[in-house]
Amino acid sequence: MKTASKPPAAFPPAAVGAPEVSLSAGRRPGGPWRRRLADQSRAYAFLIGGVLCFALFSWYPAIRAVVIAFQKYTPGSGGEWVGTANFTRVFHDPEFTAAWRNTLTFTLLALLIGFAVPFVMALVLNELRHAKAFFRVVVYLPVMIPPVVSALLWKWFYDPGAGLANETLRFLHLPTSNWSNGADTALVSLVIVATWANLGGTVLIYLAALQSIPGELYEAAELDGASILQRVRHVTIPQTRFIILMLMLLQIIATMQVFTEPFVITGGGPEDKTVTVLYLIYKYAFLYNDFGGACALSVMLLVLLSAFSAVYLRLTRSEGDDA
Amino acid sequence: MSTRTLVSPLILARPRGKAVYWTVFSGVVLLFAVAFLFPVYWMVTGAMKSPDEVTRTPPTLVPHGLHLSGYTDAWDLMDLPTHLWNTVVQAAGAWLLQLVFCTAAAYALSKLKPAFGKVVLGGILATLMVPAQALVVPKYLTVADLPLLHTSLLNSPLGIWLPAVANAFNLYLLKRFFDQIPRDVLEAAEIDGAGRLRTLWSIVLPMSRPVLGVVSIFALVAVWQDFLWPLMVFSDTDKQPISVALVQLSQNIQLTVLIAAMVIASIPMVVMFLVFQRHIIAGISAGSTKG
Repeated sequence: MKTASKPPAAFPPAAVGAPEVSLSAGRRPGGPWRRRLADQSRAYAFLIGGVLCFALFSWYPAIRAVVIAFQKYTPGSGGEWVGTANFTRVFHDPEFTAAWRNTLTFTLLALLIGFAVPFVMALVLNELRHAKAFFRVVVYLPVMIPPVVSALLWKWFYDPGAGLANETLRFLHLPTSNWSNGADTALVSLVIVATWANLGGTVLIYLAALQSIPGELYEAAELDGASILQRVRHVTIPQTRFIILMLMLLQIIATMQVFTEPFVITGGGPEDKTVTVLYLIYKYAFLYNDFGGACALSVMLLVLLSAFSAVYLRLTRSEGDDA
Repeated sequence: MSTRTLVSPLILARPRGKAVYWTVFSGVVLLFAVAFLFPVYWMVTGAMKSPDEVTRTPPTLVPHGLHLSGYTDAWDLMDLPTHLWNTVVQAAGAWLLQLVFCTAAAYALSKLKPAFGKVVLGGILATLMVPAQALVVPKYLTVADLPLLHTSLLNSPLGIWLPAVANAFNLYLLKRFFDQIPRDVLEAAEIDGAGRLRTLWSIVLPMSRPVLGVVSIFALVAVWQDFLWPLMVFSDTDKQPISVALVQLSQNIQLTVLIAAMVIASIPMVVMFLVFQRHIIAGISAGSTKG
């Protein structure tokens, strides 16, 4: 550290001489070609560990998902080509429709609830001049609680007997609900858990975005006689449109992979009202021991979500170029 | 800070504005306390109640007496020391390997410019597009029977550590940070006779402390919070991390003991958050607006 950090001052460039500047031009014995080979092998020595992990645990499984989707596969004994049989079998499973319907409903509800709520929260928080640090810490606290703990916690709250959710309703003289045990309410109950557990991050991102809006815009709008709601409509939303879109895409991608909440809280029930696609993938692999079916489902989820991801990456990429 | 927001400072200064402001302010404080703090309070105190107090209706807001036996029972009956230790080992290894392999790879891609570096980077970035959870089953099959080696990493911490290295987001974060380090600085070190490794260790890493901090937090939190992957990897009960063990044991355990275990499982992450909250919150806010 001591020798390396301040060489330019210690050695006047003239004393070192011109050739030093173009060090990579190859002054070592063996000429430029060999020198470049040495450079390359050194670069790859740094790269190899990381790349190997990517190859094994990202690239290979992605290819393998597609391959196994067309095979009858049992671990240990390899695969046997079966064409599209896995897809047709999975497709005719009554749980297939339920899983997709539940996942899409969950995503939609999460967008409606889990998307509007953080935006409004950030909007209000941005106007408050006091206790800013308190709000930030408190809103992010549930995010730091392990998802399994949040799920178990809410499972306990939803308990139809002495659960906090129904106790609160009784206290307010409102009709009680079956929450996660009711066929109609189970999915919504899960959305509430997921929203509670995750909205902190979204609120913080919105807050940062809101703070980057130039105050003059609000001033000008106010001079034009715009009310607060009109200012939100014509200044805040257009100014944060990009972040809103980004977070919406990220939220869609994340919520379509929901697993922990249904697995821990409802176990997919009642009936199959909370079986999600990822849960069904898990069931195919670990309950039915049907890895072909699991991979067929994975590929379907993969194709759908990659489309959203591609849009997301395209948008962030182009925004980055503008800046 | 008096930056102009939705509501003008002028209106806030008026008596009516002040009244509205303080009403909204107390409303939000109350809402946040009820929505976010109260569930946590309910959990911490729930574990202190006696088994029949916790199921009583109407519930008690403050526990009658301090029953710490919920916590001690959870510690002993659910074998929490083992599971907490497993989680620590898994998180620490994943963090360390990620730092070593991801910084080395990011340094190579950013500064050493290997042939086909762009292709490798493209391949790494492409994995950002692939949703992680959708690939867990083929990833599980790979870990269960590694290609060429034909060994299984199931029930081994390596099954968590090595896949954690394949984290495109962290690698890209590091690479972008390294890109900003001026070439002159590294060339100066090279003139002084420092090798590639020494340049990385003595120049690049000390300059990268902020980004290393962010990556470290991301890496630790990710492993500590994960559920589906360790559920698949660890079928041996005594190797499971706390998240998996909690769910597996939740069926046949007394409610107060389970709640106490949930509190204990949350403490490390919550403490880390409270200690590093400034950095964590700044990281989330900054990472988003810059795309």
